[in-house]
Amino acid sequence: MIPRSRVHPWVMLAPTLVLLVAFFIIPIGVAAFESFFAWDLLTPPRYVGLANYRAIAAHGWLFGVVLRTLAYSVLVVSGTTALGLSLALLVDRPGRLFVFVRASIFSAYVVSWVAVALLWMALLDDAEGVVPRTLRGVGLGRVSLLGDPRAALPTLAAVGVWKLTGYSMIVFLSGLQSVPPSLHEAAALDGAGPWGRFLHVTLPALGPTAAFVATTTLVTSFQAFDIVRLVTQGGPARATQLFVYAIYEQIFLDLRVGRASALTVVFFVLLFALALLQLRVLRVSGRSS
Amino acid sequence: MSSARASARLWQALACVAAAAWLFPYAWMVATSFKTLPEILADPTALRPRALDLGAYREAMSAMPVGRYMAITAVMAAAIAVAQIALALPAGYALAKVRFVGRRFAFGVVLACLLVPAQATFVPVFLFFAKVHMVSTMTALVLPFAASALGTLLIRQALMSVPDEIIEAARIDGASELTLVYRVLAPMLKPTLVSLLLVSFVFHYNDYFWPLVMTTDDTVRTLPLGVALLREQGTGMRWHIVMAGNVILSIPVLALFAVAQKHLMRAIRG
Repeated sequence: MIPRSRVHPWVMLAPTLVLLVAFFIIPIGVAAFESFFAWDLLTPPRYVGLANYRAIAAHGWLFGVVLRTLAYSVLVVSGTTALGLSLALLVDRPGRLFVFVRASIFSAYVVSWVAVALLWMALLDDAEGVVPRTLRGVGLGRVSLLGDPRAALPTLAAVGVWKLTGYSMIVFLSGLQSVPPSLHEAAALDGAGPWGRFLHVTLPALGPTAAFVATTTLVTSFQAFDIVRLVTQGGPARATQLFVYAIYEQIFLDLRVGRASALTVVFFVLLFALALLQLRVLRVSGRSS
Repeated sequence: MSSARASARLWQALACVAAAAWLFPYAWMVATSFKTLPEILADPTALRPRALDLGAYREAMSAMPVGRYMAITAVMAAAIAVAQIALALPAGYALAKVRFVGRRFAFGVVLACLLVPAQATFVPVFLFFAKVHMVSTMTALVLPFAASALGTLLIRQALMSVPDEIIEAARIDGASELTLVYRVLAPMLKPTLVSLLLVSFVFHYNDYFWPLVMTTDDTVRTLPLGVALLREQGTGMRWHIVMAGNVILSIPVLALFAVAQKHLMRAIRG
């Protein structure tokens, strides 16, 4: 640690701190302030107390938004974690083929959500899409995957799993590589077969990695927006109206700044709760970073 | 011996099936972008276009100024990535290597910002830019991301493992703090910086959310927005045009990924 420095540390920190505070801390305060006003961006704002919060909570609307967002997140988290782990176990082998397979799966994580959403919209199209046509070909697929209110959310989550599995696979692969080979050797000496070694050595060693993958994916999925805006616009019958899209609708489609701000405050509180949960899970599972 | 070979074959076959689930959609996307409208109407699922018809690309390029959107997107993403590194280096250095009153507080502020995604700030930030008449400007796209909490913390962490002796030696040689940060320490962190730069560039090149909410017209429209608009404009079957847009949008990042795979994957693994 160096005690003296010719430039004051605050000068070196200033640009970063000023920008971060201006664009990440103050906005939360501004949202809290605006949430007490009714404002349509055209006429002057009007103080309304807690009316915005009452309005979004009325008839279980807010509850529905939270529930849908959680449902989407849980589907994406379970899908990417299970599939990412299976694929990591599958491709954790030497050879160029497996390198290629790894890169193919991971590539979906690298391309834009726009490309992924539009591509799957075309593939899932009721009339011309490859997926419904194939399903009909094998005698399934009476259901409209994006048009049926019960199917739309799971369908979007499936696309999310396709997009994000490459990420969890890569994290699991690095988790697998950090399992000490000596543990496997010891288990083999004790007479454990491949299945026994997987159950008693690999799987427990991957616990922290799984906790990391699941909680990070939970936080990102909770912020999902692009796929909703591009594919379903919250429909059919609000079945895919996720949290961030609901905020977007309030401010840009309905010009209700106050309600959008109240929703933003609730969104921030929920994210904060998820972050605390993440911290707790990671601490318990023993992955500090 | 032969059972070992059989199981190796089985794993290879399974891996190919898995890869197909990711490669088939891409193949369909590329094939469709080379199709003509009658061809799509005849069989939308066919994986082989009759000929490499460039009509869909011509239509996509006449529907949007691809070059301009691409340039705007690249400038925006590069400006953000470079600014993040340029600002995070001195900030990370101050947090890692300088002792001063309030350091824990400054560190706490940066850490707290990790918890706040752009999705939780866009309403007030949009109101702010609207108030100062700066919606649909490059500033509204770049400035909110010019400082990165994550980048600052990663650089701080990387600097913690640099021995103090190197810093002392540079100071004895008469290096100023800025020279020390940008000329002595930055080259030592090259792998970290390259990864950060790439991840940030790719993320903001791909980003749909922020350019969507911070722009109301065409002035600084980015490529992802332009491609998304291809589907919203016009009527009838346009999947070949949309897929052509998709290919144009995806090729630069996939090329970057092919070249810099190691850096991107290392950044993901953390």
